[in-house]
Amino acid sequence: MRYCAILAAVIWAGLATAQGWEDRQVFGTGDAPLRVLSSTDTSFFRPIIEDFIATSPEVSVEYLVTGTADLDVLFRADPTAYDVVISSAMDLQLKLANDGFAAQLADVDHPDWAEWHDSLFAFTTEPAAIVINRAALGDLPVPRTRQDLIELMRAHPATFDGRVGTYDVRQSGLGYLFATQDARASETYWRLIEVMGRMDARLYCCSGAMIDDLIAGDLVVAYNVLGSYAEGRSETEAALTVILPSEFPTTMMRTALVSRQASDRPVAEAFLRHILALQATGDATRFPLPPLAAGDGPVIGLNPALMTYLDKMKRDTFIGEWEDAIVQDD
Amino acid sequence: MTAEVNTRGSLRTRLALILTGGAAGLAVILFVVVRALSAQIAQQGQDNVLSASMSSILDSALVRDGRVSLDFPYSSLSMLTTDADDRVFYAIYEGEVLLSGYDDLTVPQGVTPDRSRFTTVAYKGEPVRLATGVRRLIGADGQRTVSVTIGQTQDALSNTLNAISRNVALLGIGFFVLATGLAVWAASFTSGQLRRLTTSVTRRGPQDLSPVSKPVPSEMVPLVGSLNTLMSRLDHTLTQSEDFIAEAAHRIRTPLATVRSHAEATLQRVDHAENRQALLSMVRAIDESSRAAGQLLDHAMVTFRAENLEKGEVDLEEVLRELVQRMSPIADMKDITLDLVAQDASVLHGDAILLQNAFRNLIDNALKYAPAETAVMIRVDGRKVTVCDGGPGFAMDEIHLLSGRFVRGKDTGHKVGSGLGLTIVQAVTTAHGGTMTLSNRPEGGACATVQF
Ligand SMILES: Nc1ncnc2c1ncn2[C@@H]1O[C@H](COP(=O)(O)OP(=O)(O)OP(=O)(O)O)[C@@H](O)[C@H]1O
Ligand SMILES: [Mg+2]
Repeated sequence: MRYCAILAAVIWAGLATAQGWEDRQVFGTGDAPLRVLSSTDTSFFRPIIEDFIATSPEVSVEYLVTGTADLDVLFRADPTAYDVVISSAMDLQLKLANDGFAAQLADVDHPDWAEWHDSLFAFTTEPAAIVINRAALGDLPVPRTRQDLIELMRAHPATFDGRVGTYDVRQSGLGYLFATQDARASETYWRLIEVMGRMDARLYCCSGAMIDDLIAGDLVVAYNVLGSYAEGRSETEAALTVILPSEFPTTMMRTALVSRQASDRPVAEAFLRHILALQATGDATRFPLPPLAAGDGPVIGLNPALMTYLDKMKRDTFIGEWEDAIVQDD
Repeated sequence: MTAEVNTRGSLRTRLALILTGGAAGLAVILFVVVRALSAQIAQQGQDNVLSASMSSILDSALVRDGRVSLDFPYSSLSMLTTDADDRVFYAIYEGEVLLSGYDDLTVPQGVTPDRSRFTTVAYKGEPVRLATGVRRLIGADGQRTVSVTIGQTQDALSNTLNAISRNVALLGIGFFVLATGLAVWAASFTSGQLRRLTTSVTRRGPQDLSPVSKPVPSEMVPLVGSLNTLMSRLDHTLTQSEDFIAEAAHRIRTPLATVRSHAEATLQRVDHAENRQALLSMVRAIDESSRAAGQLLDHAMVTFRAENLEKGEVDLEEVLRELVQRMSPIADMKDITLDLVAQDASVLHGDAILLQNAFRNLIDNALKYAPAETAVMIRVDGRKVTVCDGGPGFAMDEIHLLSGRFVRGKDTGHKVGSGLGLTIVQAVTTAHGGTMTLSNRPEGGACATVQF
């Protein structure tokens, strides 16, 4: 039985390697390997990791990037294979900590609301945004709220048909988190999804791909894109407008945990503490992600309620309703 | 006079021990009880929240399209948020089939819809409190049984308990310190009352037998009452004895004096030698009796006062000078000179009346047993008084017996005496913590020395 489980894990790990990562990079040349499993693009973490290696040259960091849902599956299958897990899917991360996969760290100087059970630590606040390609929108007014967007799409179906995008909540853990939090906050979400469904919305695995399609002009609007990613790109691509819906913003915190079965716990802990310390400096070059900010409206709370929509029955129900709303069986 | 008193323990110590012991006991009981109570209350609190969470999940259960589904609200789990970030586990079953949640959570069996069950189990290496509830749903195809078990670790609970324990421990210690302070105060207050009574009794003069008049606590009333009664009885008895002694002396001496004067008057008128002889014997017997009565009463007085000396500052030289002055008429009659020599005479702390009595007996003996035209030497040397005469001295074979009661020397001739003089001297000396020694001078004559 046990043997089978190990075998399965090995096969899983093999498959994962075989199927390839979104990105895989090794930093540093030290003897102590630190394996970081993350859903965050390498570009954001490169300065952080390099900063860490500068202080601990004996460590070499293997940075493995994959989607949030995938990441959860991979880590649960073999918790010994990774030392630090970083993800934007707060619910999946909290469940990992709740299920005892995360190590408890002593004496971490971190705000209480950004930490759970001394084992899960939030280090960014990132709002979900509506991102628009200004050029593709033409002279239509820029929507400020979800309601604006609904009305705009209803009034100008020709502009939006096949050119709206959002997360495929079945694939993306973060997309699912955003969707469930939106649905929890307001019925508007369902109407929006319905309209998007009618516009034959395209579904994406990740924010990056949506932004790519926006820039390419394939999309006019993308809903629930990670603000931080879009912000980074909109600086270079003048065509993009990032809107934080003014009626209720949905703000996520990126979280990190140290695996309880990490091969080198002290190094893993040191890395996590380093992330938190860099975050606290507020230095944008050393820490390119948006740091923790308590003031900017409500943030999705780090508490056991996050596990609500991870419940199998609730998830099945939610996905069912979501599919009914968005997927058009022509 | 401090008599030996058997002592066992101390009221104050015992009282303080009992009170502090009691306080310590109470503090411990307080700690245990409050902790147990607060543990119960804290557990009750957790159970209530778990129960509310479990009920809200259970309430969302319904049969849809022939399947049981639970679309429970976000609040079901968010209400389980704690300061200590307790972990949350749950399992939802329909009959024996897990619908969702943690399949390895040990769910209590046999829970009925009318009563939810609370259990504590170890799960994922931590104690977890579980609330389990059951609901029956009526679907198209009959009855379905849904059970919901929701569990929470107990970090917040034990944090609360630890905080409470700390506070209760502080409270207990505070209580103990306060109670100990009170106990010590109460004990010393109580014994203080006793000590005050003792002091007021001890400080009294020997003649002061008046009742204790200062107010005393009610518990001490029986003791003080008995003490007062005892003292008033004692006072009464003493007054009676003193009166009796004085009265008795008077009663005996007066008739004896009358008889003696009659006998002497008769002697003037009687010529017959035999009758005169008889009368002379009679006078002598009367003298003896009178002397005996006097000495007996003196002895009684000495014995009585020796128990309770009425002490004062007594200047030995002054006492003796006065005595010499008073006795010189008698000495003159016998042509005996009384010489008083004083050298660094001490002032003695003693009973003047008794000391005077003792010295009088010594001088009296010297005047009685020494022949005419001799000298009696009275020396005061510090705390030593010596009375020497030029008489025959003490008979050496009986010298150690002479201070006995009614003991007289063999060769006293017809000198009137009762044999109590030296007994009195001895008693007075002993009462003042001194010694009396009898000796003879090498050149002849008796010497009686009293050293205080
Ligand atoms: N100064 C003395 N010289 C010789 N013998 C003495 C002298 N003083 C006492 N004695 C002897 O000691 C005896 C006891 O003396 P003590 O004074 O006790 O009795 P007392 O003189 O006989 O009678 P009283 O009681 O009347 O004094 C006397 O009887 C006497 O024999
Ligand atoms: Mg005598």
